[in-house]
Amino acid sequence: MKITPRNLDFHLRAARRTAAQLGILLAALSATLLSVGCMHRQSAAPALHAKATGSAIVIVSGDRQLGSPGSLLPQSLVLQVNDDQGNAVPGAVLQLAGPAGVTIRPAQALTDDNGQVTVRLTLGGISGLYPFTATSPDAHGKTVSLLIPEYAAGYQQQVGFQVNATYCSRCHDSNSTVEQVSNYDNLAVKPHAFTSGDIYNKLSHADLSNIIAHGGVAVNRSALMPAYGWTLSKPEIEAVISYIRLISDPPYRAPGLVYDKQ
Amino acid sequence: MKTPKTGFLASCLAFLRDPFRMFGVVSFVLLLLLTIAPAKDYFSQWHGYQRQYLRFISHRTDALTLQRHFHGGIQQIWIPQMSVVDRCQTCHVGLTETSLADVQQQPFRAHPRIPHKLTEFGCVICHRGQGAATTVGQAHHSEMAGEEPILPARYMESSCGQCHQGPLEGTPKLNQGRLMLARYGCVNCHSIVLPDGTKLQATDNPPPLTHIADKTTREWIYAWLKDPTSYSASATMPNFKLSDADASDISAFLIANSTPNPGDTMPMPAAAVHGPAPDPTAGASLYGESFCASCHATQNAAGNLVGGNLGPELTNVGTKVRPEWLTAWMRNPQHYDPSTLMPQYRWTDAQLKLITAFVQSKTNPDLLANVHLSPSTPAQIAHGKKLVIEYGCASCHQIRGIDKPDNFGPNLSRIGSKPVVQLVFLPGMERTLPAYLTQKISHPRSFGPSLHMPKYNFTPAQVEAVVTALLPLTDRSFELPLNLQRPAVQETHYEPTDKAGQLMTQLNCLSCHRINGRGGDMAPDLSWEGSSVQRPWLDAFLKNPNTLRPALIRRMPRFNLTDAERTILTDYILAVYQTPAFQRDELPLTGYSPDQVEKGRQLFYSKYACQSCHIVNPNQDKGYIGPTLTQVGSRLTAAWIYHYLKNPQALRPGTMEPNQHISDDDARSLTAFLMAQKSGASQAARK
Repeated sequence: MKITPRNLDFHLRAARRTAAQLGILLAALSATLLSVGCMHRQSAAPALHAKATGSAIVIVSGDRQLGSPGSLLPQSLVLQVNDDQGNAVPGAVLQLAGPAGVTIRPAQALTDDNGQVTVRLTLGGISGLYPFTATSPDAHGKTVSLLIPEYAAGYQQQVGFQVNATYCSRCHDSNSTVEQVSNYDNLAVKPHAFTSGDIYNKLSHADLSNIIAHGGVAVNRSALMPAYGWTLSKPEIEAVISYIRLISDPPYRAPGLVYDKQ
Repeated sequence: MKTPKTGFLASCLAFLRDPFRMFGVVSFVLLLLLTIAPAKDYFSQWHGYQRQYLRFISHRTDALTLQRHFHGGIQQIWIPQMSVVDRCQTCHVGLTETSLADVQQQPFRAHPRIPHKLTEFGCVICHRGQGAATTVGQAHHSEMAGEEPILPARYMESSCGQCHQGPLEGTPKLNQGRLMLARYGCVNCHSIVLPDGTKLQATDNPPPLTHIADKTTREWIYAWLKDPTSYSASATMPNFKLSDADASDISAFLIANSTPNPGDTMPMPAAAVHGPAPDPTAGASLYGESFCASCHATQNAAGNLVGGNLGPELTNVGTKVRPEWLTAWMRNPQHYDPSTLMPQYRWTDAQLKLITAFVQSKTNPDLLANVHLSPSTPAQIAHGKKLVIEYGCASCHQIRGIDKPDNFGPNLSRIGSKPVVQLVFLPGMERTLPAYLTQKISHPRSFGPSLHMPKYNFTPAQVEAVVTALLPLTDRSFELPLNLQRPAVQETHYEPTDKAGQLMTQLNCLSCHRINGRGGDMAPDLSWEGSSVQRPWLDAFLKNPNTLRPALIRRMPRFNLTDAERTILTDYILAVYQTPAFQRDELPLTGYSPDQVEKGRQLFYSKYACQSCHIVNPNQDKGYIGPTLTQVGSRLTAAWIYHYLKNPQALRPGTMEPNQHISDDDARSLTAFLMAQKSGASQAARK
């Protein structure tokens, strides 16, 4: 039919009707696709239905472990979901995510009768800090989250850890066990834990190397820190520093190192 | 259809009949052909990565430096004597750029710090893969004969083990795996010869079964064979997955094959039998005083193992051993097993009664509650013997009438170079050597129910460690130039001699102490003990070993030595175990001036802050990581103190005490101060 000024109105209405029909059809189609997509995602990782919600996630054990790159961490990570009163919440959903290359088994789970979830973590293939994030929905429709650091130690950091275990940790680690008693409480001037990034991140590589090699006195610090320059080799001192840098919290960012502008 | 095509061809030919036109077209085609090579080059994978790298660094503030370091084209490390041709740096462009250490985006991350230069060793020696390949797939994932895929990061430590046969500081997993190969007796069946020609020796010390009927019952043997972990969680013996009938037959054979050995069992001494019933608390405290837990573990109420692992776990030992055997064993363990690590304690009859009653009380009645074996028949015994030969029991245990088989399992000396094409994989398995080894160790019978390899009770981390220790056993490790081979330090065959030597063998000093390169690492090295200690102290210590390091939980037990025995030991130690570095009487034990002592005190407390780790004045000093020094002047020789202060690691390699580079003068003053700390005198001096 030819369009003339007389039947223009009719044609416009027809076009509008067709457009509306098309719109409805498209909407229906996309809705179907979307629902199919969602169902597909559900089938890949079935969503757990929370029987309860908590208001905080706490670490029971297994954080700050040192593993070698690509390995399963020696201990499981045990997390607990607590309510406002600090009581364990059984049946809450807990999800874990981590950086690229890691394996988390299971990545989401319901807390058990003790309000806890046990997870095995495998680190990625390159050394460095691996921050894992645990999340759990709370009663108000938001989520509570917690950052769990784990560390993959390369060769140098592994050497540093060994040197630390032999010479440093007796004083610098206040955690006392039957196998390794800590000397921390016996010292008049308390040494800093190697994790305290707010102290160590301010010290340059040269500063740290000086303190280790020449002792506390040489840099106007406590005389209780002996000089290790005649006991440890230069690579060993470098290794200890790289270990301190690895486990530092907040993470260490070297001033000399250049980071991506983004 | 034919007409237009013919027409087209005809018109083309007509067009080319002109030689100028012909020349033009041929030139064009030639030009096109010539561009193929540069185009292929330009569109190659590695060129793509290099372009990507240049784009990547252009965003960074250190772009200029990185661009200056960048060289395009194929980059190659060539080391002819090790047949290394590695082109990895062609794509891994930033390998040597320290400023790219934190980059997460591969292949541009810098290589982490290691003690070797990349240009001296190349890449494939450690990472495997094909160094000469220039595509990602060929370099990393090839499965073809003669080629190998890249080594996953979690086994990286294994590569160090190709040259370094001994333990390294930075490779805990490799060290653990190697210890496990020896401790779990893997090398009893699988022989492993290292490139330096030495054979890996087992350290698991499995007990001889020649007189086993003296020690335990057939029921216990049956339960143990069925599942060693049901008796002791820390059992090193693997599970052979035997059927009930097979376990019953083997137990029948072992009991029938066992011969009685006079002296393996003994009744409780008459004097002790008629005394009062043994007091369990006294038994427990004797167990504690004798430091049995330094070597033996027991499970506590929480289910955790507490104690050492030099000897077997004792949680349920009362269910295993016969009381008469235990009494004889406690009196002289070497009679039953000459190679045992357990010392002869020289307990009195009363003590013997206490300790055996206490150990015997550690039982688990549930273990044997359901074991009911009918009396054995000759057919069962014969079948048991067949099974013992079939499963290679004599590879580990001494069994009467059966010789130790040579190479019972496959030789693993070059297992790390086994080509993937020679391996049989299970459906769905990752087709790599580490994956195969992991499956083989964790589920040996999954490759066939008739295989004899037993199942060890390993955690996934332990399996990973064992695989890490197997992977460095490569062809390459045998072909390395001599200057790169780093053999492990071998244990010597040192034996103390004379009467003292006999005594030291009875007391098994070398189970804990190391002397002249042989022995355990639980207690101090005694090679130079004679230069170090004073005679009265040594005699008193052997009589009643009081602890020197309060922070240690493993301590020297008390052996009821007679005066004569102590004199023999003291004489021998003081005369023989001398360092060549100095004379033990080089410096006087007494007679230091008060000024010098005072100067030493100043140095001790202020300049060197020794009180961080040592206690001289118990009212004031708190450090207890080092030995207590309250009576050090009565314990050590002045010469030892002086030389130890000058260089602790020279006298005790690996000691925690830092070398503080103390001047001769300071060392003399400190020696004077420390020699003033005498027993009895110290209290008076402080007042």
